[in-house]
Amino acid sequence: MENLKHELKTKIIEALNLEDIAIEDISDDDPLFGDGLGLDSIDALELIVLMDKDYGIKLTDPKEGKTIFQSINTMAAYITEHRSK
Amino acid sequence: MKKCYINGIGCISAQKTFEGGFLDEVEVNTTDVIFSAKNPDYKAFISPGAIRRMAKGVKMGIAASQYALKEANVEIPDAIITGTGMGCLQDSEKFLKAIIDNKEQFLTPTSFIQSTHNTVGAQIALNLQCKGYNFTYVNGAISLESALVDALLQIETREAGTILAGGVDETSGHTLSLYELIGLIKKKDQGPIDVLNPKTPGAVFSEGAGFFVIENQKKSTTYATLEAVGTQNTLQESEVISFIENFLNTNNLKPQDIDAVVLGNNGDVAFDGYYNEAETLFSNTPQVYYKHLCGEYNTATSFGLWTALHILKKQEIPQILQKNQVTKHPINRVLLYNHYRGKDHSLTLLNHADL
Amino acid sequence: MPNKVAITGMGIISSIGNNVEENFHALIKGATGITKTDYLNTIHKDTLKFGEIKLSNQQLDRKLGLQADHRFPRTSLLGAYAAAQAVERAGIKNINEVPTGLISSTSVGGMDKTEEYFYEYFENEAIRRFILSHDAGETSHQIADYLGIKGFVTTISTACSSAANAIMMGARLIKAGKLERVIVGGADALSIFTVNGFNSLMILTDDLNTPFDDHRKGLNLGEAAAYIVLESENQVQKNNKKVLAYLSGYGNANDAFHQTASSENGEGATLAMKKAFEISGLELTDIDYINAHGTATPNNDLSEGRAIQNVFGKKVPVFSSTKPFTGHTLAAAASVEAVYSILAIQNNVVFPNKNFKTPMKEFDLIPQTSLLEKPIHHVLSNSFGFGGNCSTLIFSKS
Repeated sequence: MENLKHELKTKIIEALNLEDIAIEDISDDDPLFGDGLGLDSIDALELIVLMDKDYGIKLTDPKEGKTIFQSINTMAAYITEHRSK
Repeated sequence: MKKCYINGIGCISAQKTFEGGFLDEVEVNTTDVIFSAKNPDYKAFISPGAIRRMAKGVKMGIAASQYALKEANVEIPDAIITGTGMGCLQDSEKFLKAIIDNKEQFLTPTSFIQSTHNTVGAQIALNLQCKGYNFTYVNGAISLESALVDALLQIETREAGTILAGGVDETSGHTLSLYELIGLIKKKDQGPIDVLNPKTPGAVFSEGAGFFVIENQKKSTTYATLEAVGTQNTLQESEVISFIENFLNTNNLKPQDIDAVVLGNNGDVAFDGYYNEAETLFSNTPQVYYKHLCGEYNTATSFGLWTALHILKKQEIPQILQKNQVTKHPINRVLLYNHYRGKDHSLTLLNHADL
Repeated sequence: MPNKVAITGMGIISSIGNNVEENFHALIKGATGITKTDYLNTIHKDTLKFGEIKLSNQQLDRKLGLQADHRFPRTSLLGAYAAAQAVERAGIKNINEVPTGLISSTSVGGMDKTEEYFYEYFENEAIRRFILSHDAGETSHQIADYLGIKGFVTTISTACSSAANAIMMGARLIKAGKLERVIVGGADALSIFTVNGFNSLMILTDDLNTPFDDHRKGLNLGEAAAYIVLESENQVQKNNKKVLAYLSGYGNANDAFHQTASSENGEGATLAMKKAFEISGLELTDIDYINAHGTATPNNDLSEGRAIQNVFGKKVPVFSSTKPFTGHTLAAAASVEAVYSILAIQNNVVFPNKNFKTPMKEFDLIPQTSLLEKPIHHVLSNSFGFGGNCSTLIFSKS
């Protein structure tokens, strides 16, 4: 699980071009959207593709992202449970 | 009719146009057939949250527009009018390449969103929270001039008092390699490039952004007045003289009333003949050229306009810009003429602010 | 009123018809143009439906009488076809007889050729003539050349409000006496680029689009071209021209909220409608029909509905979106809907908002779902695009 969380942070920083943010800056339970990392609805769509491409998880409704992408913890938990690759 | 004052300029190009001054230091590149615009410190103008998605064109547009607004001491303009020949080329290519290479799968929207032609104008508005009129013109070499036509109309008809208008184009690899295929870009290693005495077809390509604050009142920062802009979609070489004469007539002027003519020669032997035609009207007028410094791009006239405004304000024509040896003082009226490959001809007339 | 802006001709090609009459007939019959694609080479062809024009590029070539080695991408083919209709209907014989401009608009330009030949250009010299047809401005040049226009030719590209802005700019040039006559509108062909772009934004429905319905799932993309001829009152009187309608109001504003999404309170749209009223001098109660942007994305219809309520309060005029007929034709949408607004005025009829079943939770706005005959003097038409670009046009009976 810890490996997955680390991997997710690396991937998020890369996919979303978060140039000024280091892995250490993201805590596992920080909110990713709003006050935390400050991600927005376009980032959510980027994360949906990341889920599909890297973990084989297809989300068809952008609204589902809201609960899954709350934090690194929630994302890692969802991936562990649903991943097909 | 209300006068149209140009009160602030921000220009990013292959030269040091962004730091102030008027070509105090220049780099004349006679070897490369493609060169880039100099990057200012974009982070001084754009928040980290926003900058991470932006390609160079958007960044250049925002930085240039902020610089212009600051110079004119304007916080939020009434209208934002942008011209861009090719739009957000880097993101268009990125998204299209992803579609083709991934066979329409695993596509993320960011580059698609940023590829829309009005991205620069929209991002400027978003940054400033400017809810006014926001138009983007995309018509080759008259993209900037279309924006100027619109700005002039806004001031004349009192639709707006303060307008931010400008042009921006960025280079992008795939498109430039296609342009090389069809000879729009000069072939490499054919010896030093001489824009004034071209022997070969094609031009040297580059990129840049120029934004201008256009207002209905004179300020301490005023450069000049924008008097008139005329465009024509297509012309034969033999029609250039009447095109210019008609434009001058409409503005009650004769060629000898013009104190400097700024020409868009880009060193393409196949099409610079249009400028030779134009010159015959202005043999006793100081002639200026500039694309040897900024390269060719659809909105390269933003560099030309920057040049003309400085000539009017400083009453001098730096040697590096002089096409002939004629001098004239004072310099009260400047005319710009540009076209690209015989299409999208434009004439822009500027007056000294006190005229 | 000095310098009124008269509309003297119109032309259209869309998925519901190749000319004005065919479009009107489909609107009256309630016949949609949304189908599976016959021409688009996309992996989404089995899951998505489009407002596709059922003419191949070769068929369009023949209709236009182009040489085999022409450089027109599909956007130019559609654009030239619709613009030529508009010029003919306006009874224009010699196009350069008075100063005549063309202000066109497109979002994709020649993208169809670029995506088809992206890598092939490097191997195949014969197709390289299309390289320069990629850019938006070139499509306008091609349309202008086809019509024989020599003069002011430019292009506006502000995503899905583009054609409204082209119409607006044309009207402003006529009012200011800069041009006597101008052909304005837009053209956009379907392309893999836009299909995948909108798909990646997850705002395409896999069904038929259902504007202002609580269960709306997104839009269907369409393709179209539509142009109208604007003339000065001076020209109308001098040539005793028949006026189809007047363009009486227009406004553009920016939402300055988000690069793609509209604000929930519809601020930009509200400002655009208010500006259009100011220009027209009309009262709110003068509007007999609103042709809504109504794309059927969750975001647009909520934002637009709120904006309509902001402007009209409790007395919202009859409104409908015609996107269920044509799909969302992007840069051409506002000119397609300009033609439909003029048809509504000419025929005193409101076209139905098809596919609507369930009112939205957020407000009590119900679109007109069946064909409605009533006197129509003024129509307000909205168009909104990415980058917060919001535009409103008002058309009035002649």
